[in-house]
Amino acid sequence: MKEYPVLGNKDTRSGFGDGLTELGKSNPKVVALCADLTGSLKMNQFENDNPERFFQVGIAEANMIGIAAGLTIGGKIPFTGTFANFSTSRVYDQIRQSVAYSNKNVKICASHAGLTLGEDGATHQVLEDIGMMKMLPHMTVINPCDYNQTKAATIAIADHVGPVYLRFGRPKMPIFISENTPFVIGKALLLNEGTDVTIVATGHLVWPAIEAGKALAEKGISAEIINIHTIKPLDEEAILKSVAKTGCIVSAEEHQIAGGLGESIAQVLSRNNPLPQEFVAVNDSFGESGSPAELMEKYGLDTPNIIAAAEKVITRK
Amino acid sequence: MHDTSLIELSDFCSQVRRDIVRMVHAVASGHPGGSLGCTEYITALYQSEMNHSADKFDMDGKGEDLFFLSNGHISPVLYSVLARTGYFEVNELNTFRKLNTRLQGHPTTHEGLPGVRVASGSLGQGLSVGIGAALAKKLNNDSGIIYTLHGDGEIQEGQIWEAALYAAGNKVDNIISCIDYNHKQIDGDIDDVLPLGDLKAKWEAFGWQVMEMDGNNMEQVIATLRQAKAATGKGVPIMLIMKTEMGKGVDFMMGTHKWHGSPPNDEQLKSALSQLEETLGDY
Repeated sequence: MKEYPVLGNKDTRSGFGDGLTELGKSNPKVVALCADLTGSLKMNQFENDNPERFFQVGIAEANMIGIAAGLTIGGKIPFTGTFANFSTSRVYDQIRQSVAYSNKNVKICASHAGLTLGEDGATHQVLEDIGMMKMLPHMTVINPCDYNQTKAATIAIADHVGPVYLRFGRPKMPIFISENTPFVIGKALLLNEGTDVTIVATGHLVWPAIEAGKALAEKGISAEIINIHTIKPLDEEAILKSVAKTGCIVSAEEHQIAGGLGESIAQVLSRNNPLPQEFVAVNDSFGESGSPAELMEKYGLDTPNIIAAAEKVITRK
Repeated sequence: MHDTSLIELSDFCSQVRRDIVRMVHAVASGHPGGSLGCTEYITALYQSEMNHSADKFDMDGKGEDLFFLSNGHISPVLYSVLARTGYFEVNELNTFRKLNTRLQGHPTTHEGLPGVRVASGSLGQGLSVGIGAALAKKLNNDSGIIYTLHGDGEIQEGQIWEAALYAAGNKVDNIISCIDYNHKQIDGDIDDVLPLGDLKAKWEAFGWQVMEMDGNNMEQVIATLRQAKAATGKGVPIMLIMKTEMGKGVDFMMGTHKWHGSPPNDEQLKSALSQLEETLGDY
């Protein structure tokens, strides 16, 4: 099992904030909008550096999405920032018509996604956002896994023409992707080569997948670990190449099974190479208050669950 | 304004109205009522008051005035005016609402129709988009003005009021919005569905400068638009409350909400066309 030393401990939202700060310096077309969550989204530095290119819209997310769509008419590249729930379900029709259908170059940047938002509870813990966003034609959907990858993704999406949904989170997480790893939209990252089982993980589940890989190696199971940061367009080739070798797959994500990365993978398998798959994801349930670690354990999204899923899917080969 | 140009604009409107009823009749679907009511306004913008370029459409519209139709269901009037202003061939009006057309039921950028900069149809979104385009103009030091049009029923949508707060609070003063106040929506009279109350007082309370006009009186429309343009750049967004008659120009379509989204049959078309002079040639 390849070693992934922990390079630090930071929240992915800080990766977004620092990426945006860099874009503020490097790309004069980039503008940012926020719905009263500047601190939570780590957008303060961009605001301080570029007050004329920062738009505080207040608690009015629908208006924010519309203004962002309008700003593209005139050549701006708007980044909107609020919690994932208010970035998606609250404004789905605005995104659908004014951004996706109109194919506007808007970057919808969403923090506090999933259960790891923690104590605020289910009203804020959106677990359906990947599904909603990936269903929209024209939309690119990205869920990076650590601070470095989130920063790189933030910078990369400014150069991509078209609507993007960028999803990240609140808690501090280990940094394990090196800062010089290039971020290529739609390209999977092979983290570990293996032969017995493929584990595909996205977002906050990538680090637990690496930990699961270590534990499986100690049990004599060779896990191939793939980081999918771009859920749409999905790197089908990387997935099919891996399962051709391992014969089974586990998908792991902080999202509902319905609509998630695992569902996209199941579609690829059923069309090309039907093989057993296990889903590490939330199973048709809302979240609740609790610490991130407690919630990930209770809802079956931690390292032991990935290990168990890998062992189970191998028996189904 | 010279009388001759008023006559020309009036002739243009008559032809646009013919186009509208013929378009919706041809596919037995579409929204003639609001289209007929807004004919003077859209004509005044594209034929007289907006600084725009029909022959080389550019999405960013730098240096131009831009119009956003937020109540996208009145697409027939927009399509007719755009075509007859030179954005695309007038014959293309033939394809309205048909398979593979660029003239979708509601306006969209998806098929690349020149003159359309954002999709509309799901109501309440165009004011926000217009504000965004206005902010981009300010960032680009572009003196162009943004125009938006909304149905009166449409402003029952909450997003409109989010946008209203934003524009006034942030001194977006390069936008001239307009409400088509025909007092009717699909289910009936506004007052029976969801009353708007004192519309002028509401927009003024939100910090907008409000001007009122008779939207079916071309001279008044032109004069009010010029007054509105002169009032831009003073720190306040501008709202035109435009009284119109739904179905204007076709006697049996006026005074009722029933022609909001209903096309005429063959006989009704004949009657409608007999009331509207063919001035520029039918497509």
